[in-house]
Amino acid sequence: MLKWMRLLLMVAVLMLGLGSALAQDSGNTLIMARAADTTGLDPHTQTAFASLRLLELVYEPLVILDANLNIVPALAESWTFADDAMTLTMNLRQGVKFHDGSDLTAADVVASFNRILNEETGAAARANYLSIASMDTPDDYTVVFNLSVADVPLLAAMASVNASIVPSEVIESGDFAASAIGTGPFILDEWIPEEVTRLSANAEWWGEGPFVDGIEMRVIPDEASILAALRAGEIDFALLNDPLVATLLNGDSSITLNAVPALAYHVFQLNPSRAPMDNLAVRQAMSCAIDRQEVLDTASLGEGTVTGPLTIPAYQVDTSGFFCYQKDLDRARELMAGVEPFTIKAIVANAEPPTALSEAQSIQAQLAEIGITLEIEPLELSVYVDRWLAGDFDSAIALNGGRPDPYTMYARYWTSAGNLQVVTNYIDETLDSLMAAGRAEPSLENRLEIFTQFQQHLTEVSPWIWLYNGFEYTAHQPYVVGFEPNPTDSLYSFAKVTLER
Amino acid sequence: MRRYLVQRVLAFLPILIGVSLLVFMAIRLIPGDVITATLGTEAGMLTDTQRESLRRYYGLDRPVTEQYVNWITRAVVGDLGISTRHGKPVTELIAERFPVTLQLALMAVTLGLLVGLPLGIIAAVRYNSILDLLVRVLALAGLVMPGFLVGTLIIFVLSTVFGFLPNAGNFARFNENPGLNLQQMIFPAITLGFAFSASIMRMTRSSMLEVLGEDYVRTARSKGLRERQVVTRHALRNALIPVVTLVGVEMGYLLGGTFIIETLFSLPGLGRLLINAISQRDYALVQGATLFIAFTFVLINLVIDLLYAAVDPRISYERNRA
Repeated sequence: MLKWMRLLLMVAVLMLGLGSALAQDSGNTLIMARAADTTGLDPHTQTAFASLRLLELVYEPLVILDANLNIVPALAESWTFADDAMTLTMNLRQGVKFHDGSDLTAADVVASFNRILNEETGAAARANYLSIASMDTPDDYTVVFNLSVADVPLLAAMASVNASIVPSEVIESGDFAASAIGTGPFILDEWIPEEVTRLSANAEWWGEGPFVDGIEMRVIPDEASILAALRAGEIDFALLNDPLVATLLNGDSSITLNAVPALAYHVFQLNPSRAPMDNLAVRQAMSCAIDRQEVLDTASLGEGTVTGPLTIPAYQVDTSGFFCYQKDLDRARELMAGVEPFTIKAIVANAEPPTALSEAQSIQAQLAEIGITLEIEPLELSVYVDRWLAGDFDSAIALNGGRPDPYTMYARYWTSAGNLQVVTNYIDETLDSLMAAGRAEPSLENRLEIFTQFQQHLTEVSPWIWLYNGFEYTAHQPYVVGFEPNPTDSLYSFAKVTLER
Repeated sequence: MRRYLVQRVLAFLPILIGVSLLVFMAIRLIPGDVITATLGTEAGMLTDTQRESLRRYYGLDRPVTEQYVNWITRAVVGDLGISTRHGKPVTELIAERFPVTLQLALMAVTLGLLVGLPLGIIAAVRYNSILDLLVRVLALAGLVMPGFLVGTLIIFVLSTVFGFLPNAGNFARFNENPGLNLQQMIFPAITLGFAFSASIMRMTRSSMLEVLGEDYVRTARSKGLRERQVVTRHALRNALIPVVTLVGVEMGYLLGGTFIIETLFSLPGLGRLLINAISQRDYALVQGATLFIAFTFVLINLVIDLLYAAVDPRISYERNRA
């Protein structure tokens, strides 16, 4: 019996050793981990951040955003906007090949935008490209977009995975999702949902790179385990969401932690169509009663910055000019004079973002000081989204995505024709006209002025109470060189990464 | 015996149909659908025409009764539909995930039995000794410590003290790399097996104590049999019935997948597949996976009932006998 057990033990030890030996052959492949997986492979219809992180390596749009959110060439080498902002001419890069070997031409660009604009496709991003009235292709490498209205933000809206260029033959064949044929620096080899995605370097890529042989994207559902894997040297690179996990790496010199101010913003949304939030004074009182820095400190360990509506660096202005951005209880009580103490509910999505519940609790405590009882209603994410989209809430704790252009970011909410008007329940002519002016204005200087007015007015009428923007976290081993963290969290610069083990 | 089997298998049908109906309705009654689940708040940017076209694409535009009839008639011949999230047949996804769950369950139950049975027997034989006390304390610890705590502690100790991570997201199936696979599976199996060994220990101990006081044990002793023989041949066999039941229940439960342990150790098991399918409103996958889990559960129950007869000859499923 004892002999037999000893033998079994020896076999087990041998096998464990063999297992570790086989596991250590990653070589020049970048191994990364994240908690959430891709939800689908169609670049035009996917909106989940987890999907975009994969698709932006495989598919490319005409232009992209660099680390400072400047619009830089991708598949278009250059472009010109007509002075009246009514036509946009794109000059395509020549010699670009799709992963199936075919050449990129103007026909592919036209077919891609036609697919996005076709309602049958079901592309949510379509709303950003509605100003495109027609497209001309004077030659194989020029596309002229004729617009129905002056639309400056269109260019920034094109810098998105959702405006990726795909081969016209693949669109015609209809077998879109299965193929994953783009022009990007990496080729999708294999996607095993919720386990691993394997990409190999595209040797034919037009840019300089990639310098790694491939990428292995692993799903590790628990972020604390991702951290452990990073520390154990099992992975090279990690995407982190939870500030409470990411900050554990502060002061750890063996791992590089990147924290880039995010475009996405944390906000306390009020519903002005419901009493008593239909009363301007009540909304303003709530804004004055909330110390935004305190919410940031308690919910997110101070990881972030108190912000107004615009999180785009080029449009950010000093927040002290905004209405009640310093907590002012006296003023809040003054505004509440004559208003009976009341109770409202706040919908909160479970762990989405991870800080949501703590934010709600901080706000709850602060509103109690002016006689407002906030009842927190935690919901499963899909249920929350359903209620949010229907505008079915008194108030909501939300983390809303940002865009590189103020118009694209907020037209959906604060114009009377916006798709998400039903969520904001708030129509305001001043906001409407400022939005329209900003859309047609090409000069950055004038746009800054317009959108500063927009921010000031929006914070004063307080349909929402903007809180703060956090960081997009990435972490990697010191030998991962050349990665450029991006405010959109894009992984596109993997094309420039080298592994200098 | 055959008649009994046929009866039992026939009884599966109403159970499975009931489960399928319940799940089919429940997943559709909760708010949200696959469109909002994949698009999130961006779903608000869709026009009515876009939404209609997506609903048509996912087959949600049909009447619910028609959807159910379509699904169940295909399910009968083994076609559980296509997962909207993964774009693969549900049966294929289950076939990928179930071996992982099965292996984990078998390992956990084996570990639980290897530890729990001997300790339970010893505790009963050495009733009220220091050893018995130790075993009882250990059992109590196993019962009160939830799996996520034990698992987290294991990961914490392994990674901080030994710099070793059971699974860094590079899961290998047994047929791909047995060494790596065992290395990744052993700790989750220990986590699950720990709690299970505690229940086995308690059950074996109390059941053995009862049996050891029976007349036939005294008879065996008075025949002059060695204590070892009395315990293993006469007492243990009779004490095993409740233990077998416990193993069956545990197996049925483990085969449904263990979401928390799978998440903690990044294992691609059935539990994560199902829970993620629910949050993504992947109707076909939720229905298919639940039906499969229900099926394994009733199957295991049948096997356990048959095992009773093997353990205890007094139990028989032949006709005309009790």
